[in-house]
Amino acid sequence: MSEFVLNVNGAPLHVNAPPQESLLFVLRNHLNLTGTKFGCGEGQCGACTVLINGRATRSCLIPASAVSNAKIVTIEGLDQNGKLTAVQQAFIDEEAMQCGYCTSGMILAATALLSKTPHPTDEQIVAAMNGNICRCGTYPRILAAIHRAAEARRGERAQLTGGAR
Amino acid sequence: MNDSEIAEFECFQDGSWGSSRLPDVHVDRRDFLKLLGGGLIVCLTPHSAGAQESGRGFGRHELPKDVAAWLHIAADGKVKVFTGKVEVGQNIRTSLAQQVAEELRVPFDSITMLMGDTEFVPWDMGTFGSRTTPTMGPQLRTMAAAAREALMAMAADRWHVDAAKLTAADSRVIDPAAGHSLTYGELTRGQNLVKVVSGKVPLTPATGWKIAGTPMPKVGIRDFVTGKHKFPSDIVRPGMLFGAVLRPEGFNATLDSIDTSAAEKMPGVKVVRDGDFIGAVAPDVYTAQQAVAAIQAKWTVPEQPSNANLFKVLKTATEPGGGRREGHLTGSVEQAMATADLKLEERYTVQYIAHTPLEPRAAVAEWNGSNLTVWTGTQRPFGVRDELMEAFNLPESRVRVIQPDMGSGYGGKHTGEAAIEAARLAKAAGKPIKLIWTRREEFTWAYFRPAGLMEIRAGVHRDGRLVAWEHHNYNSGPSALETPYEVPNQIIQYHPVKSPLRQGSYRALAATANNFARESHMDGLAHAAGMDPLEFRLKNLTNPRMRAVLQAAAGRFGWSNARSTPTRGYGIACGTDKGGYVATCAEVEIDPAARKIHIRRVVEAWESGAVVNPNGIRNQIAGAIVQSIGGALFEAILFSNGRILNPHFAQYRLPRFADAPQIDVVLLDRKDLPSAGAGEIGIIGLAPAVGNAIFAATGTRLCNMPMSPSAAVPGEPASPLKC
Ligand code: FES
Ligand code: FES
Repeated sequence: MSEFVLNVNGAPLHVNAPPQESLLFVLRNHLNLTGTKFGCGEGQCGACTVLINGRATRSCLIPASAVSNAKIVTIEGLDQNGKLTAVQQAFIDEEAMQCGYCTSGMILAATALLSKTPHPTDEQIVAAMNGNICRCGTYPRILAAIHRAAEARRGERAQLTGGAR
Repeated sequence: MNDSEIAEFECFQDGSWGSSRLPDVHVDRRDFLKLLGGGLIVCLTPHSAGAQESGRGFGRHELPKDVAAWLHIAADGKVKVFTGKVEVGQNIRTSLAQQVAEELRVPFDSITMLMGDTEFVPWDMGTFGSRTTPTMGPQLRTMAAAAREALMAMAADRWHVDAAKLTAADSRVIDPAAGHSLTYGELTRGQNLVKVVSGKVPLTPATGWKIAGTPMPKVGIRDFVTGKHKFPSDIVRPGMLFGAVLRPEGFNATLDSIDTSAAEKMPGVKVVRDGDFIGAVAPDVYTAQQAVAAIQAKWTVPEQPSNANLFKVLKTATEPGGGRREGHLTGSVEQAMATADLKLEERYTVQYIAHTPLEPRAAVAEWNGSNLTVWTGTQRPFGVRDELMEAFNLPESRVRVIQPDMGSGYGGKHTGEAAIEAARLAKAAGKPIKLIWTRREEFTWAYFRPAGLMEIRAGVHRDGRLVAWEHHNYNSGPSALETPYEVPNQIIQYHPVKSPLRQGSYRALAATANNFARESHMDGLAHAAGMDPLEFRLKNLTNPRMRAVLQAAAGRFGWSNARSTPTRGYGIACGTDKGGYVATCAEVEIDPAARKIHIRRVVEAWESGAVVNPNGIRNQIAGAIVQSIGGALFEAILFSNGRILNPHFAQYRLPRFADAPQIDVVLLDRKDLPSAGAGEIGIIGLAPAVGNAIFAATGTRLCNMPMSPSAAVPGEPASPLKC
């Protein structure tokens, strides 16, 4: 067992876990943050995607003890005081899911994509998201949701700069 | 009432009922009814002859044993509907609530569906076979319509008027003549009424629907984008530990020797052995899996078939006592073939494929004395309860199975392996146990969609009329085996086989195989006859519903202008199963140098009677098209001697973003016809449409699914294409 602190969704959280235990299982089973999903444990499906220092990362393949200095964001940490992010809202508006099991990973992967590439083309979305499996096959809706979120963020930014002028 | 019951009563009052979750504790069904706190309960039974009122209070009675569904209207007007069906992503939590709201004349959001909890919902065989919409839908509508009539009768009593003069809308009974109304809550307040109804209540026709028939969004969707929704694998119980199970080295293996001493020495680990079942529990998943890995076990695995001899086995291993099942015979195929102007004979195959729901099998088991509660992902909570009763020799009253809305199943979660394993571990550990199957376990120890061999020979008259059709299916099943085309001479036969691998249900399992074979064959005949594939089909079809979807898909696709070239192929196919009709057009791009194919565009026309939720149905159809790309082009389970050779996503390719074509769904809404289920048959048109497009472009007929596997499938001729 080893003891360490993880910075998850802005809060320092104490963990006591085997040093090799994956970040995914530490989040889910030690910190009770079950929004991050287990799909394969092999880095192949993206269900376990979280943001580590802003980058979309597979939490199933990293030992939690290795990221004790990083800023980790999970699906539970996106909405602020009940206000959803543009990506979350777009997934609702496009109903970009069926069973919803891939949704956490999809939303975090899309969030990372849009922070780097605010107006992605279809090709850029496919390239960035191809590691995330939706077994229910809702890819076309997820693609539409990402475009919608990009539009909404453009609108938000326009409002902000408009207000500053 | 003792203290714990009061506590639960308060827990219901504080709004936990607003969610779709039921209380976690064991509650006797009688107390449960009492705890609903008065109001009106309406039960639907298939047998009683007409509506009858029990008139007894909740305190002393139990619901009738044989109930298909029930609903409760509380004093605040909120409606809870109890059904044994489960939500697995097919969105029936939404579409069933729409139908109840419609008949009951209440706002959609006043309905809460209580599903998948064997303690509180009526028995149900399971959620599969596209039965929910055609069967449970009308039952719930009947029950809701009866409830509305009961409320109108209650109002009529109060007002001393004829109930026929009253109307109902927006959770109210209205007396238009007197100009006053009462809410349902006002009518049920202080009541303790149970009404039992059977089948005959007039229903609102689809042409008059206001809530059903509209594109209602998924109920509770916000919880899926915030991570709050609890899937079966997310359930947490106090004091819970984690389990792992030792798997044999292959199918049908026998254990020769075992040494668990190293595992037992690991801190926090308990090794569990119960006959052939061996597992370990630990405070965390890593340690539990390490412990199982530390167990030294030696197995003997017998020799078993592999892909290389699969179809030989299927052709010869007819089930003992089964053999040829009674087939469909009309006219004489022999004679008609002798005089046919054009003949075509071909053999088609489909491989075993895996469901691979993104959420693997998972269960949390908790013993409370000799009461067992298991949370698990299953399409058959009552089936899993039966399995648990048998495994632990428990009466029905001591086993509760709860199915939280799960990470899908596609026909792959009918059985209760994970539930039984978690319960064994929990019993030995004396603690609640969570067990989530690894991806490798899911690929190996679940069951597969059957492999199948289809042999077809057919004859055509020179004017393009089919004269003979013979179709045999070995192993994959009889669904959609009968031809929808008009053929005077037919032999159609399903041959059950002892399958070398464990096989079971899958979304449209046999319909996919039979339709692939038939529609590929129809395409081959059309080309041989020098006819347009659409024209050839229409010439041999009289069914107006099938013709309608074909024409709708072709029209939207621009079929009449679609001229295939060596680098771009266009294909069409149609099919029917479980009361729905589908036609699919596909545009396929081929890179002859790289021998690669890519599906660029798919148009699918769909008709399944009156559409209950166009949003949900479009989502299902588009998803089915994407899912079917895997089976059509690259999914195949590779196996040899009792071992699965590709039990990982890295070795078993699934459709991903880059594979998804542009999809256009054309919905034909037949409000004059009963609604059929939409969960399955969207999948059956894609493979033949794509195969036919490949043929149109290249002149090569691909008769084996998958048509372009990423790794060669032993025993199959190498595909000229990859993707
Ligand atoms: S669970 Fe991490 S990639 Fe699949
Ligand atoms: S919605 Fe089911 S896996 Fe994506």
